[in-house]
Amino acid sequence: MLSRVADRIFWMSRQMERAENMARILGVTSNLVLFGTGERQEQNLLAPLTITGTAEAFALRHETLTLEALIAFLAFDGDNPSSIYSCLRDARENANAVRWQITSEMWETLNATWLEVRGMRRERVIGSGATQFFDWVKDRSHLFRGVTYGTIVRGEAFNFSRLGTFLERADNTARILDVKYHILLPTVKDVGGALDYYQWTALLRSVSAFETYRALYRDQIFPIKVAELLILERRMPRSLAACFDQINHALERIEGQHDHAVKRLAGELLARLTHADVEEIFQGGLHEFLTSVLADITELGNRIQRAYLGAV
Amino acid sequence: MERHHYDEMNAAPGEVRPHYRALSQWLAETPPERVMEKRREADLLFHRVGITFAVYGDAQGAERLIPFDTIPRIIPLQEWELLVKGLTQRVTALNRFLHDIYHGQEILKAGVIPAEQVLTNEAFQVAMLGLDLPHQVYSHVSGVDLIRHNDGTWYVLEDNLRTPSGVSYMIENRKMMMRLFPELFERQHVYPVEHYPSLLLETLRGIAPTEMRETTVVVLTPGQYNSAYFEHAFLAQQMGVELVEGQDLFVKEGFVFMRTTGGRQRVDVIYRRVDDAFLDPLAFREDSLLGVPGLLSAYRAGNVSLANAIGTGVADDKSTYPYVPDMIRFYLGEEPLLANVPTWQCRRPQDLAYVTDHLAELVLKEVQGSGGYGMLVGPAATKAQIETFRERLRADPANYIAQPTLSLSTCPTFVERGIAPRHVDLRPFVLSGREVTLVPGGLTRVALKEGSLVVNSSQGGGTKDTWVVD
Repeated sequence: MLSRVADRIFWMSRQMERAENMARILGVTSNLVLFGTGERQEQNLLAPLTITGTAEAFALRHETLTLEALIAFLAFDGDNPSSIYSCLRDARENANAVRWQITSEMWETLNATWLEVRGMRRERVIGSGATQFFDWVKDRSHLFRGVTYGTIVRGEAFNFSRLGTFLERADNTARILDVKYHILLPTVKDVGGALDYYQWTALLRSVSAFETYRALYRDQIFPIKVAELLILERRMPRSLAACFDQINHALERIEGQHDHAVKRLAGELLARLTHADVEEIFQGGLHEFLTSVLADITELGNRIQRAYLGAV
Repeated sequence: MERHHYDEMNAAPGEVRPHYRALSQWLAETPPERVMEKRREADLLFHRVGITFAVYGDAQGAERLIPFDTIPRIIPLQEWELLVKGLTQRVTALNRFLHDIYHGQEILKAGVIPAEQVLTNEAFQVAMLGLDLPHQVYSHVSGVDLIRHNDGTWYVLEDNLRTPSGVSYMIENRKMMMRLFPELFERQHVYPVEHYPSLLLETLRGIAPTEMRETTVVVLTPGQYNSAYFEHAFLAQQMGVELVEGQDLFVKEGFVFMRTTGGRQRVDVIYRRVDDAFLDPLAFREDSLLGVPGLLSAYRAGNVSLANAIGTGVADDKSTYPYVPDMIRFYLGEEPLLANVPTWQCRRPQDLAYVTDHLAELVLKEVQGSGGYGMLVGPAATKAQIETFRERLRADPANYIAQPTLSLSTCPTFVERGIAPRHVDLRPFVLSGREVTLVPGGLTRVALKEGSLVVNSSQGGGTKDTWVVD
């Protein structure tokens, strides 16, 4: 497959996944704000900016940090490249450039999503309208992934689409966990202490893991188990281990010429996640662990770009 | 402006030509509402599939549908066979001409065509001098525009030998007709055109620089914002080859490669839909982002084939056009089978004087123009338009040719008030490689405005399915 085409497909999938993750983060944040007070409130509003690394860009555009300003910036600001609006626009633009290499169903899904969000009246996307909007974004992302899985030939286009999806998802899960964990348990000695039930279930819900937690652990919510679920549990589809399972599956099917560095790093990450023990992770520091995983995810993205997609 | 013209369907009022009888009967039997409903269905389908074209100069940069008319244009087989002979003869002579002017220049030495006219032509490419091409073919895909005059004679209006487009509409129109009106195809035998992409692929493989290994063919497009992008993507998909942009290709050690996820891959034949000037920034326009640096050197080294070749424009230029009948006599020793439209060349003082006095009767065209831009249709123009054009002509006479206003034949067409005659032309696509082939049919363009003779899609023209029947 042409590098340019693979590049478009890879980013198209990343952007759609990114839009979904942003919707998840904002959905949970809107919810938490209903319960929070004082300092916790401030932290909850700041978290989405920290997770997406956009706090500075936000400060340039908005004076005060309110839920409305946050949603305006992260959901609808066309000048913010990581906003939902921008992601849906760019995913559609990338799809348009490779319309002949993807299925018409994939194109139509992204095109219709973009046309709909473009025509949306912003003032209605507040309060209960916001929740509806975030659910809609998640639905469109689910639809796109399903349409892709159900219609496209199992070839390079499929492989690069999967690669983009799961690399983006791994990145997101690691970030959410890192930021939220820090807010909820600033020091390791708090592990096992009194919990803010709503805060923890919100974290789980943001990655669709609440029911899974209940089903797998049949227990109260313990921070260490939350971390285990989101990092090491391969049955949980948004965990880091599950993402790297999929990334390695996709890479196995891609035939490249100079891609040893890509495949080695992806394999190493999977091995690390497969054999890790959650207690050990905590001994070395969860934040330190996640920071190194995030650095590796970035490096993996760079190597993918170099090996298959042409220079950036 | 009422003038006599050839009616494709009716020999005389109430007297339908034999090859139109089946269709005419079907039209009489079918309620108009049903046909209208089918037309709307066609519009919807074309939109959904995205068969659109971008219009240059449109403020909104909009993508538009080319209006599709559901009444086919029919040509009887016998007549088609004569056209095939004439087209084959003409394109063969044009290819001989191109080979000649880039080699021995015999035709110039013989004084058949003024040498300075060829050698100073903008489209003449010095880089092509002495370069030997497979089968000595330059124009692999030629879109020859034909019209039928009021005496029933076919005339060649222009030879498009650069990057002629429209063939995707020929195929899509047929698919649409078969989908909307399958019963019509049961009533008479219509020769198929859908195998065009496989003939094209065969032609392109046939010009590969080497037969040592499997040939890699690609389609080179300027990109998704080009007006004919749909067609580039369509042809690549139908041939099962990669659709590449300039940035996907690079030249290394004299060979052309494409960047793929599996590393570099050698490219042998490029069906390029990028104009000469933009092909290689090192050789032609250096500001071109659409081309491939070094492509010309790889081409000249014989390591890659281009279709069409560089420098074909000198043969389809409107100032060369008047000499095509002489080319046929010179190279083939035959009389031309297809007629040329009498042409005044405004660079000649005598011709210019005549043209200046008869602007209101003539059609004026720019020598390098295409797409119906920058032309004057005298009989349809206002006094003011004629005067404006007179100024332009005076400023740069060599830039114009003039021809009599030919009356394009008409074909029944659906318009708002029902079925009415509208003027049509015909563009068959001639493929030249090891041999010359063409599918039975072509693109019929129709001027949808009453009385209009301008069929270009950029100027409000539509298209029809074209049937060759026996």
